[in-house]
Amino acid sequence: MLQLQAGWDLKSDPLLRRPRKQDMLTQTIDRQNLANSEKVMPRRESEPVSQVKTEYSNETIWMLAVRDNRDRDAFAALFDHFAPRLKGFIIKGGVSPQQAEEIVQDVMLTIWRKADMFDPHRAQVSAWIYQIARNRRIDIARKENRPMPEALKEEPELEPDASQILGLEQETTQLKQALASLKPEQREVIEKAYLGELTHQEISTQTGLPLGTIKSRIRLGLQRLRHELKDLTQ
Amino acid sequence: MSAITHHVPDAILAAYAAGSLPQAFAVAVASHVSLCAHCRAALEAHQAVGGVILEDTKAVAVSASLKDSILAQLDAPFTPEPVYERNGIFPGPVMEMMQGRAPRWKKLGMGVRQDILSADAHGSVRLLYIPPGQAVPDHSHNGLEMTLVLQGSFSDETGRFGVGDLEIADETVEHTPVADPGAACVCLAATDAKLRFNALVPRLLQPLFRI
Repeated sequence: MLQLQAGWDLKSDPLLRRPRKQDMLTQTIDRQNLANSEKVMPRRESEPVSQVKTEYSNETIWMLAVRDNRDRDAFAALFDHFAPRLKGFIIKGGVSPQQAEEIVQDVMLTIWRKADMFDPHRAQVSAWIYQIARNRRIDIARKENRPMPEALKEEPELEPDASQILGLEQETTQLKQALASLKPEQREVIEKAYLGELTHQEISTQTGLPLGTIKSRIRLGLQRLRHELKDLTQ
Repeated sequence: MSAITHHVPDAILAAYAAGSLPQAFAVAVASHVSLCAHCRAALEAHQAVGGVILEDTKAVAVSASLKDSILAQLDAPFTPEPVYERNGIFPGPVMEMMQGRAPRWKKLGMGVRQDILSADAHGSVRLLYIPPGQAVPDHSHNGLEMTLVLQGSFSDETGRFGVGDLEIADETVEHTPVADPGAACVCLAATDAKLRFNALVPRLLQPLFRI
């Protein structure tokens, strides 16, 4: 397994050279190829294959197929995976089942229309969709657009960096495990916070404890994200 | 950009990610994040937490027709929402508040000017223009106030704030920001309550200027 350490320098790490574009194009859209390929993860020739995680998650593969190839089957797969979860999530936030479906529809259409904004180096599909769902919910509740940060402008020739994408997926898995290990009452407070049911004052007073528990996980993600972002903004 | 030293506290970023931050503060946070890679990364980490919670949410079956209905709409024409780009010192979210126009400055006296971008019962967002060496009238706060520096800098009892820095003050803070020498200081100020000035004259003028 690839160890992600604080301050780990992606760009200067000799272990990690960027894969050729040709490899990326076939591998990001072709699961069959991906499943039995180690080429996705650039690595030193002498390194044993078993130490390297080689597969993107299904969600990432589907989302990239939607983004790059306008693949309807992949979109349908995303729908099957996310629509029922989105509906559950939105209902939990206090919306009627009927209106929840309308929001699910809006969110799914936004995923299709804004697919080119998806960047697997910086966000997991679930995080990207979470953010879209929050926006739709607020736009409807407040009847005004939620202010959003400027979109980052990427270098057009920037090639996909599989190690970065996989690293982010791995960290999200660890974050998931950290959240799963919380006591139920702590978990409940975190859920409430991210469902938008707590004010910022309540988050700072109530979630201190559970946030502390997951903080190290977030911080790991931060190190990596910060590094990536530095490259984009400087 | 690396000079930014005053960032968005974690609880406020989490509330922004979750959409529970009042609109006026959301404008200030989105503007700061536009200028600050550090807080953008932190925000994206919070969104990752939200994504994990979404993933783990118990699925609720959607109606049988929803999928076909959505698939049928994929090719339907749609009008993308306008995207407001950064213009000079003003980040995208501020340009959106101004709907692409230039600031409409109103004189507040002693060279200080402001442009109220929005003001209602839930709070206000405004731009402030403060000439070098000039103090913003000493005020205390009824609620929370966020001040984002867009040009120049100011200093007060709590420190120095340069371009991109976000000062967050609540009712416990009584401070006197003074614009530093050099370029005039331009700030975005967001509050969830009306400001209450300490000096007598500004207090009388407060209803007039809606601050």
